[in-house]
Amino acid sequence: MDSIALLLAATLNAGTVLAFAALGLLINERSGIVNLGAEGMMLVAAIAGFAVGVGTGNDWLAFAAGAAAGALLAAAFGVLVIYLNTNQYATGLALSLFGSGFSAFIGIQYTQQKLPERPHFAIPGLADIPLVGPALFRQHPMVYIAIALTVALAWFLYRSRAGLVLRAVGESPESAHALGYPVRRIRLIAVMVGGALCGVSGAYISVVYTPLWVEGMVAGKGWIALALTTFATWRPARVLLGAYLFGGVTMLQFFLQSEGVQVPSQFLTMLPYLATIVVLVLISRNKAFIRINMPASIGKPFFPGS
Amino acid sequence: MLKLEARPEQSRLMSIGSPLLALLITVVVGAILFVLLGKDPVRGLSMFFVEPLKSVYALTELAVKATPLMLIALGLAVCFRSNVWNIGAEGQYVLGAIFASGVAMTADKSTGGWIVIAVLAAAIVGGMLWAAIAALLRDRFNANEILVSLMLVYVADQLLSYLVYGPWKDPAGYNFPQTITFLKATQMPKLFSGFRVNGGVIVALLAVAVFWVLLFRTYAGFQLQVGGLAPAAARYAGFSSRKALWTALLLSGGMAGLAGGLEIAGPLGQLTPYVPAGYGFAAIIVAYVGRLHPVGIVFSSILMSMFYIGGELAQSRLGLPKSLTGVFQGLLLFALLACDTLIYYRIRWQAARPASVKAVAIPSEHKVA
Repeated sequence: MDSIALLLAATLNAGTVLAFAALGLLINERSGIVNLGAEGMMLVAAIAGFAVGVGTGNDWLAFAAGAAAGALLAAAFGVLVIYLNTNQYATGLALSLFGSGFSAFIGIQYTQQKLPERPHFAIPGLADIPLVGPALFRQHPMVYIAIALTVALAWFLYRSRAGLVLRAVGESPESAHALGYPVRRIRLIAVMVGGALCGVSGAYISVVYTPLWVEGMVAGKGWIALALTTFATWRPARVLLGAYLFGGVTMLQFFLQSEGVQVPSQFLTMLPYLATIVVLVLISRNKAFIRINMPASIGKPFFPGS
Repeated sequence: MLKLEARPEQSRLMSIGSPLLALLITVVVGAILFVLLGKDPVRGLSMFFVEPLKSVYALTELAVKATPLMLIALGLAVCFRSNVWNIGAEGQYVLGAIFASGVAMTADKSTGGWIVIAVLAAAIVGGMLWAAIAALLRDRFNANEILVSLMLVYVADQLLSYLVYGPWKDPAGYNFPQTITFLKATQMPKLFSGFRVNGGVIVALLAVAVFWVLLFRTYAGFQLQVGGLAPAAARYAGFSSRKALWTALLLSGGMAGLAGGLEIAGPLGQLTPYVPAGYGFAAIIVAYVGRLHPVGIVFSSILMSMFYIGGELAQSRLGLPKSLTGVFQGLLLFALLACDTLIYYRIRWQAARPASVKAVAIPSEHKVA
């Protein structure tokens, strides 16, 4: 039973990584822009967060550094895509390629470094309940913040005026423009917020999830997060559930290994990637379903006066 | 304020000038980077742009690295021109290397040189199969080929790792994760003795000619390009978008596989976990910098090869991390995409209009309606 509790705890932890990134990309895509640079932003944020973590020993400063790094890179992407009208896919790819090179370049001096020891967080009282305590209530505070963020984002999108404007920009930038909304500025802000949340996710990876720096350590989580927004049909609550589901798949390999399952470890490592493909196929199979939920202008440039 | 104004037609000058301008920007940013790192920028840049051209040996090494980049980029150019987003060439390259190794391992002392052809054919099949998964899932289930082809890169890496740590490990290899060194019969003939460069370069240059003909002198190439530029027009003309999808993915997968096979039958000579060298991703940049044109790709693959060699030299001679290559590659693509804007738009200086003019333009009764 203890191993089940551990698996659950690990699932929440792994899911939180994906949740932050995918919620960020959700905001980003709701404005009509796809940023394929998630992986690159997360890598640069991971090293930025790790460097600050090593220097200060403070997780929150590390997350802030990751968020700043993510937002900065996203801003560069946003200016190119939104104001210079470059191809969204190609520009996102450029960001991913640049991010993996740049993070490796900066990170080389941090490869052997360790983060200082920090106290573990536990919710007083609840953490002492047998089984449930270790599974749910001894997580890093960011795990709970991810849940709160999901609720806040759902409220923002469907209950606030600003959320309505954001959705309008994503559905029909021409109409939003005609009504006088600054479409391009709104898109740039959405892209930067998306980058900041990808940055938090990247920093969470290098500071909490696997507290060290290794070249390319994001290992495709940025791409899985991109796929997650589609699985979740661009809804915050479904993004969170999907993130936990994939967190579970990622953790399943370690669980199966500890249970002594006789499968070469490489096949277990493949699981999250294969699962991404399988779920993507299952969801995309129904074209109409995707089209109804997808922000209508996604991937299409909007250039007033062209 | 500065304003972009759409050009009536694409600027031909800028479509050639843009990569050069992007290279200039990359060089300037690179020089600044060297200064920030406390290195002599002239010496730093010479590692990338002078040293790789300095001797006959350096030039042959340049050709060795340009070969896989050229082959993969040719396939990707067809893909991107037909608006199919295969970004998993790295995985297709790995599968090509795996399939090639599978054949190369069957060789024994009596095997003739003909086996090279089988090795390369297997590599092409391997790359095509991997790309076909993305094509099938897109075609049958509408699954996004960007994400599927990319996920398959990670799967391919794990498959490679399984093989070299498991069933294909050289029993006499001191437990290193690598296969046996393949016999000489399985290797591409060298062009000159004493240099690593082999017949792969000839294959790549032939492929350039074949792709030029395919793109610009055949009906199939025309159909692909129309499908990419104007999907509605292609549909109206009765060009099948499914056929375009399959053609683009199989072609690019086959080319990436061939590149992987040539590495096995040449510079590498055995399968190791270090087969994936990022060529599949760098080739995306090569394709764009080469304007998705076969002849342009020859030049851009040489440029990207200089980046690879420059990164290695910067590591060995200046003590800088090799990943500098990746930084320069990313910067170049970023700069290129920004400069490409100038093909379609010109920059105009425009005095800011007073905001009130816009507000008055809409009579109030119309707002209510």
